[in-house]
Amino acid sequence: MPIGDMLLRSVDDGQINTVFPRTFEEYKKWDREKDELPPEIVYRTLFEELATGEKIQVGRALTRMNYSKSGWKSLIKKTSREIKKMTKKGEIPESYKDTLIQINKDWGDPTFWYSMAQMLNTKTPIYYWNAIDRTYDQDQNVIMQDEKRRIYVQTWLKTLKVSVYVTFFCLILGFPVAHLLANLPLRYSNLLMIFVLLPFWTSLLVRTTAWIVMLQQKGVINGVLVWLGILSDDGRIQMVYNETGTLIAMTQILLPFMILPLYSVMRVIPKSHMRAAQNLGAKPATAFLRVYLPQTIPGMSAGGLLVFVLAIGYFITPELVGGKDGKLIGSWIAYHLKTTLNWGLCAALGAILLGVMLIFYWLYNKIVGIDNIKLG
Amino acid sequence: MNSNTDTSFVKFEKIDKSYDGEILVVKNLNLDIAKGEFVTMLGPSGSGKTTTLMMLAGFETPTNGEIFLAGNPISKIPPYEREIGMVFQNYALFPHMTVQENLSFPLEVRKISKSDTKEKVQKALDMVELGEFGTRFPAQLSGGQQQRVALARALVFEPRLVLMDEPLGALDKNLREQMQYEIKHIHDRIGITVVYVTHDQSEALTMSNRIAVFNDGVVQQLSTPDILYEKPENSFVAQFIGENNRMTGTIKDMDDTYCNVELDNGAGNVKALKVNVGNSGEKTQLSVRPERVSLGSEGDGTNIFTGQVEELIYLGDHIRVRLDVCGNNEFIVKVPNEGSFDYKEGDSIKLNWNPDDIRALDI
Repeated sequence: MPIGDMLLRSVDDGQINTVFPRTFEEYKKWDREKDELPPEIVYRTLFEELATGEKIQVGRALTRMNYSKSGWKSLIKKTSREIKKMTKKGEIPESYKDTLIQINKDWGDPTFWYSMAQMLNTKTPIYYWNAIDRTYDQDQNVIMQDEKRRIYVQTWLKTLKVSVYVTFFCLILGFPVAHLLANLPLRYSNLLMIFVLLPFWTSLLVRTTAWIVMLQQKGVINGVLVWLGILSDDGRIQMVYNETGTLIAMTQILLPFMILPLYSVMRVIPKSHMRAAQNLGAKPATAFLRVYLPQTIPGMSAGGLLVFVLAIGYFITPELVGGKDGKLIGSWIAYHLKTTLNWGLCAALGAILLGVMLIFYWLYNKIVGIDNIKLG
Repeated sequence: MNSNTDTSFVKFEKIDKSYDGEILVVKNLNLDIAKGEFVTMLGPSGSGKTTTLMMLAGFETPTNGEIFLAGNPISKIPPYEREIGMVFQNYALFPHMTVQENLSFPLEVRKISKSDTKEKVQKALDMVELGEFGTRFPAQLSGGQQQRVALARALVFEPRLVLMDEPLGALDKNLREQMQYEIKHIHDRIGITVVYVTHDQSEALTMSNRIAVFNDGVVQQLSTPDILYEKPENSFVAQFIGENNRMTGTIKDMDDTYCNVELDNGAGNVKALKVNVGNSGEKTQLSVRPERVSLGSEGDGTNIFTGQVEELIYLGDHIRVRLDVCGNNEFIVKVPNEGSFDYKEGDSIKLNWNPDDIRALDI
């Protein structure tokens, strides 16, 4: 249900039609082929609807209108102020068109009128285009956003990159740990298990902030390095509030999700397999590569998928330690959800995220086979 | 010392093994295995037999002593260079490889050509009558079939000798017996040296040329199955192999072959074969096989006793009679079913045995 709601919202464009129903009706009748301003009747209905429209409703519509062309918001706001003044005085304009252009000369700018065409339908792909740095021009063609407004494609790529790196590092670090866990005598492996699980049970926020303490320029790691004389006092490395920080913290936080499935798979691989392989003439390295490693694939893929899926939608950690360039797509979703209230874009970003995950899931199923997954 | 590699193809020389530096799991093991021989290490769990096998395979190193294979010391050779095949307890088939891939694995790591590999794999599969199953995965095979694949894999690279670590332990009784014969036949056919570990005495008796009975890290007796059964040298072997009736007593006197033993509960004197005893006046344990006791008072007039029938168990070919003899109410006699047995529980029976069949052993 929430997913369905999200998908609907990502294409929903009904707000404006409910605020300016008559204007839109008249607008549709206008033949937009000619590079002209709309006829008087469109101006008139708009004037009337602005005069009577509810403020909250109008406000919401304005936000949407601003996505199609920036400038709409201030234009309508100014205009509706003037119109309210006029209606209070009881003035009725002779020519609605002239009056509006008089209030603000932008009403004489056809591009505003053209951009309105985007909002005619109750469904729109605009949010999806926005989510990948595209928008419409006045002729309804899909074009790139202005240079300075292109942020999503690069964020998408960064999100993918960080997720892949985090998954990779988790695998590299998690494999030996899981192997130890599975092969140490029970006494030691239980202790090690506690070391794995303790951070896992600790609050995400605590662990993230702990990483800030560790990694910042005046932090523990830099301090130790300077104390050891490896770094000079002004050569302290910036390890947090950037991508490095995001990578380090996310890897540590997601590591248990790699270790646990790997461990559960490794635990049931009989130790006699390595012995048998060596007995059959394989050197330990060959035995490991050809006999042990292939048997851990279900664990590696389960852990990998788990870490990747969690990483791609990760929000709190990159938000806190990521700084400006460590931000991932999750941060933007949260930003639009809470700050700009552009829920359509949020939903579109979320839907794309979902799509990406499904693609990976499908790919994974093709390559490894979903039956091969083993979580415990 | 190492010149005769035919009779001591494998040679354990004064092997000690300890895991913790204190307790010896194998003590001063000396064992020679001839080429082509089928030798079984038999013993209860914890007796050191598997450890011995693992030392031979190279997964454990002897604490003291040296193992020779074809005259060469092998303690320093890693397992993957020993050319010793092994069938593991749970087969250790690689689940991600098909039967064929499992079998070609040892050949591939030896860089044997593709066509040779294919041929050898097929031959090995045919040998265990699984020629049609090459493309299956181990999980798609029954326990007995997996067992045979493991056997084929241990043989396919033509190792110098094959080790088997309780390979039939996971099979049910019928299959186990069938596999015993099959392994024995394969051994007869290709004449490879086999070292087999088991705790199942009937398995050992069925298959082996010689059996080494392990207990407490020491080989108690190394002999052919018949000698082991009929002439056990100590009470552990007598007890571990086959059924046996035990009585304890004190040696009264002895000559070169026999000794006279006074039973503990004053139930009489027994003339027994002197096998493993100390001097007169010392304690001894007497051992006689249930099938060597006859009913009635015939025979040479020695060792005639009376017993009370406690229980009769009809087993078709023979009747198992549990008697109370000389205060031992676990005394078993196996009476061949000749149609003339008409005793009932509670009856008194005369029984006797030949002094050659009752062995005076250590206690």
